Amino acid sequence: MKAQTLYDKLWNDHVVRSEADGTALLYIDRHLVHEVTSPQAFEGLRLAGRKPWRVSSMIAVADHNVPTVRRVERIHDPVSRLQVETLDDNCKEFGVTEFRMSDQRQGIVHVIGPEQGATLPGMTVVCGDSHTSTHGAFAALAFGIGTSEVEHVMATQCLLMKKSKAMQVVVEGALGPGVTAKDVALAVIGKIGTAGGTGFSIEFAGSTIRGLSMEGRMTLCNMAIEAGARAGMVAVDETTIRYLKGRPFAPSGAMWDKAAAYWQTLHSDEGAQFDKVVSLDAAQIKPQVTWGTSPEMVVAVDGRVPDPATMSDAVKREAAERALKYMDLKANMPISEIRIDKVFIGSCTNSRIEDLRAAATIARGKHVAGNVKLAMVVPGSGLVKRQAEQEGLDKVFIEAGFEWREPGCSMCLAMNDDKLSPGERCASTSNRNFEGRQGQGGRTHLVSPEMAAAAAIAGHFVDVSAVN
Amino acid sequence: MKKFSVLNGLVAPLDRANVDTDAIIPKQFLKSIKRSGFGPNLFDEWRYLDHGEPGMDNSGRPLNPDFVLNQPRYQGAQILLARENFGCGSSREHAPWALDDYGFRVIIASSFADIFYNNCFKNGLLPIRLTAEQVDELFAEVVANPGYKLVVDLEQQTISAPNGKVYKFEVEAFRKHCLLNGLDDIGLTLQHVDEIKSYEEKHRSAQPWLFA
Repeated sequence: MKAQTLYDKLWNDHVVRSEADGTALLYIDRHLVHEVTSPQAFEGLRLAGRKPWRVSSMIAVADHNVPTVRRVERIHDPVSRLQVETLDDNCKEFGVTEFRMSDQRQGIVHVIGPEQGATLPGMTVVCGDSHTSTHGAFAALAFGIGTSEVEHVMATQCLLMKKSKAMQVVVEGALGPGVTAKDVALAVIGKIGTAGGTGFSIEFAGSTIRGLSMEGRMTLCNMAIEAGARAGMVAVDETTIRYLKGRPFAPSGAMWDKAAAYWQTLHSDEGAQFDKVVSLDAAQIKPQVTWGTSPEMVVAVDGRVPDPATMSDAVKREAAERALKYMDLKANMPISEIRIDKVFIGSCTNSRIEDLRAAATIARGKHVAGNVKLAMVVPGSGLVKRQAEQEGLDKVFIEAGFEWREPGCSMCLAMNDDKLSPGERCASTSNRNFEGRQGQGGRTHLVSPEMAAAAAIAGHFVDVSAVN
Repeated sequence: MKKFSVLNGLVAPLDRANVDTDAIIPKQFLKSIKRSGFGPNLFDEWRYLDHGEPGMDNSGRPLNPDFVLNQPRYQGAQILLARENFGCGSSREHAPWALDDYGFRVIIASSFADIFYNNCFKNGLLPIRLTAEQVDELFAEVVANPGYKLVVDLEQQTISAPNGKVYKFEVEAFRKHCLLNGLDDIGLTLQHVDEIKSYEEKHRSAQPWLFA
């Protein structure tokens, strides 16, 4: 039999039927639902008199709109409140399992899926959210879908789609001190560009990836979409199996043994062919900082803001000029001289316990700089928050002058009250630095949790590998 | 879903690469639980000089005169000409909803982000990929010729320009069939209920833990 990639295996295992042009009906195992992209889909079901095909495949949570302060009160923005209440009502009406705002298991959909063991190797996982690629860290085929497809999965448990091409991103070697999965993700995007992965599924492989924790692998797969790839994935190994054991939605007993034996087959075969292979040397990756308005506009922290005048491609040059103007930066200025106003540690990219521990290590015994108006830490879930509090991380942050918040998407996309004011500059552990993403006129620099914490303390970007 | 066959439409040029879905429809408008009414907030942060919020009366808001869609010559445009990686970023279907609600039926670019591309077809919008050189050529033509229109023929997979030039484009056979006939995906898939059920049984016996 022909050697298969991990993507081939996951795809082939879920094809229900194929059209003549290769369009397949793909079966979906897990459907995660949140409040922003689901109301129109539930309404569609209702209008057509349909019920969810397999309601036990669905797990819902409100994350985008939820406030990160004063949870006991109702959401004061009536438009946000209606959206969250609509999710509550829809879940009740259709019998969907939901972790409500008052539930300790509530959190960012891409944090709680793995945390609950609701994301398992070999699954197809979808959600009306592009960062669904996160779940590929468990050797699942996981990707974001639009609302029409949310309704389609609800009604049929399937999606119509064509197989994408397969890309392998190989990272070999040991990461330097202070260099994290986030820096690897940004370095990959810097190398292949935000459209480099368009039309591909990316498998991350190599000794560096095998050395990452599940949290690190999730951070990496999370940002596959920022490289244009709908899905990112990592093969199963002992790290994967160990993480899943004993989680509430994971199998147990004899079923666990059977599942774990199957999961061990979820890797690319020796000699499997990829349509494209990209290689990076871990030793060459330094802590990364984005300088522009696209995640591909990224340099190492010891570098300088690039000079558009040196760019030969007219479209890229114009984009860089526009970005520098929006970001209010000068060409050739050292990254370490960029002073910040706010710090955001959180999002589906970097809000897991390991991220908070790493940031707390930097913040411990220090204090947020005077020019930083707000430094906030937003745990990815109620359970991450509880774990961090048991470890005393909340006190470390609070004593250092950070705000310790309730879980949610928060200032990653600023749908709730957490946002930048026009002109404010933020060191953020999130995933997108688009114009206006964190608030109209706000300026976002994407970094790792360590780099964000170090920037909060110094008031400007510093090379965390040198601080250590 | 709306059918698409032939469109003879006015073209508006949006000369930026990597136009993301946050720019197409900013996040505050995603709080709506409806799928219509997003047109007035399409490109909100570029289009208006003030800050937009849901529920505002958009008719009195100050327009940004520099933004291309605010120029009189592009009023009524149904074809948007754009650059590479159009629609990158989030999966929000509110982006194609906003483009559709504004009046666009076709978007031409050298490349599209995968999720956005897919979402367009679910809403009767036709995204067309041309080469970067062809896109360059069209930008030059649109800017030089007020009232510039193109004829897009999905059946023939052609774009005809006023200068007589015809551009061929690719579209997957299945998507084309659905768009030409305005077919609803869910209805189509539910024609295969028996196959889905028999797959599901097989899948359940192979990996029972997925159905716990």
